[in-house]
Amino acid sequence: MSISKENSLFPDPRVRSPYNERDSAACGLIGFINKDRQRVSGEVIRKAITNQHDRGNGLGGGFAGYGIYPQFKDLYALHLMYDKDNAISEVEDILRKNLSVVHQEIIPHKATKAIHSHPFFKRYFVDVPLAAHGDRHTPDDYMVKIVLGINEKIDGAFVISSGKNMGAFKGVGFPEEIADFFGLEQYEGYIWTAHNRFPTNTPGWWGGAHPFSILDWSIVHNGEISSYGINFRFIDTHGYPCTMMTDTEVVTYIMDFLVRKHKLSFVDACSVMAPPFWKDIDAMPEEKRHKFRLLRATYGSASLNGPFAFLFGFNGGLIALNDRVKLRPLVVGRKGKTVYIASEEASIREICPGLDSIHAPHAGQPTIEYLDEEKK
Amino acid sequence: MKLINAKGVYYKQLNEMIRAEIRSGTKEIKVTNVVGQRYIGGGLEDGDVKIHIEGVPGEDLAAFMDGPTLNVRNNAQDGVGNTMNSGKIIVHGMAGDVIGYGMRGGKIYIRDDVGYRVGIHMKGYLDKVPVMVIGGRAGDFFGEYMAGGIVVLLGATTNNSKPIVGDYCAAGMHGGTIYIREEVEDRFLGKEVKKFSLEKKDEKLLTPILNEFLSDLDISLDIFDFSRYIKLIPVSSRPYGRMYVY
Repeated sequence: MSISKENSLFPDPRVRSPYNERDSAACGLIGFINKDRQRVSGEVIRKAITNQHDRGNGLGGGFAGYGIYPQFKDLYALHLMYDKDNAISEVEDILRKNLSVVHQEIIPHKATKAIHSHPFFKRYFVDVPLAAHGDRHTPDDYMVKIVLGINEKIDGAFVISSGKNMGAFKGVGFPEEIADFFGLEQYEGYIWTAHNRFPTNTPGWWGGAHPFSILDWSIVHNGEISSYGINFRFIDTHGYPCTMMTDTEVVTYIMDFLVRKHKLSFVDACSVMAPPFWKDIDAMPEEKRHKFRLLRATYGSASLNGPFAFLFGFNGGLIALNDRVKLRPLVVGRKGKTVYIASEEASIREICPGLDSIHAPHAGQPTIEYLDEEKK
Repeated sequence: MKLINAKGVYYKQLNEMIRAEIRSGTKEIKVTNVVGQRYIGGGLEDGDVKIHIEGVPGEDLAAFMDGPTLNVRNNAQDGVGNTMNSGKIIVHGMAGDVIGYGMRGGKIYIRDDVGYRVGIHMKGYLDKVPVMVIGGRAGDFFGEYMAGGIVVLLGATTNNSKPIVGDYCAAGMHGGTIYIREEVEDRFLGKEVKKFSLEKKDEKLLTPILNEFLSDLDISLDIFDFSRYIKLIPVSSRPYGRMYVY
């Protein structure tokens, strides 16, 4: 089918830009997790990312918050971005036919001095009827299909997040402007991530801002996926069409594919994405060597080349990963039950001056922080 | 001593305030509540100026600096001393990646660990000999493409299970000297360097540098057992000199 997005805020999605343009990204990111599930206002993460203002250029800012919808915590929260009026009824038709929509509303947003031209945002809290997904698929599988189907097929509509008790807020502007646009201070979460974009590789459009999200996965990324071509073809053949016109999107899908579909541990999934060099694998003891050879051989097309620092949020915690030669900065600070991870220490100090400890993680070695078990 | 409160001050204004103080003849400045402001000390030229920094300064601290002394009471971020020409930077904490990049003179003393690509492209010429001493440990690509100067890695202030230096240490190095206060396996070293024990002349060179490092940071460390150190120097000063000859 043909997708026409002329005269819209969205550039042609058929242009997969990593082949055409270059990136010299200097994005900024920060995230934190309150392991004790204490929820804090989005104002906190806004303040932290604002400290990294000069790492971006006003062409993309975004946030992901977890624990923000306790009143609907067992329902999938779909954040929809529309830039065409008729897309709304098309999407709502799909939702009505395939899901039970428990609640829907406009995502409060207001034009500001900085942001006057913008799409329209709605959210839907939905359940997957048992009859819909059947025995062969999990509700998550079913949701992924619907979400990616909307992104691919409905002109002028994009699902920007689709997890339970979480949501992504993003757009074109500096992150502090996006926070004000969405009134982020009204939301309270126990995990927050934020991104300040400096796009030079792919278009600075609303859907191209970070985070990228599927189910409860959300990713913010500083860097460039030089291996985008091979990663895109790999993940596309596994049923994840890429529609956001930027390299980072593939990483979200790869994480979902490896962890949820192929049941890899987070550590193994991270070593697929940032594999040890062959010379280092050769120097490992036999058993370990065998395992890493298998991972590289099986998932070679999912390994990521190029400079990156990522934050992955999910309902259970927060993961950070660097490329294997550390071409992007990342520091981890700790204070009590809170773990902060950021491009710059100063943005952590901005919201928590007195840290218990701070260190820079090793290249290619993930930092994985889980929420404490929920008190029953 | 003049006091500048950096709280809520954007980096451009902050650096303008510091420059205005120096223009008006102030020789000692204390900047408090610093939180990520970039380029502090950048391009400053007056060798008599001392700037005390409280809080974490931002990227490219003292880039192209030519003379002053910066005393950072906390950690520093990436790009400290980028292409600095002379002066001194003292950091009472750790620092990030790419410290002393292309540095061509002056001194950098960091108390704790540093990140990746520290001391890369350092160079020296005639009386210009940049010196960097790191009290803790360093990541990969330490001293990569180094062309001159002296770098000392002590591994003495941070006590953890990490190796003293990462992979690709001194890769492509073709000038200068790296001293490391611990044995490093050959497989982590660049092919352009060889490992040596220290000689008397090395001890003579290092002793005053180490004393100054300890005194500036106001710490005492047991770091004068030179039999523990190794020295890395390039085996050819112009490894690619004949590259285009054939």
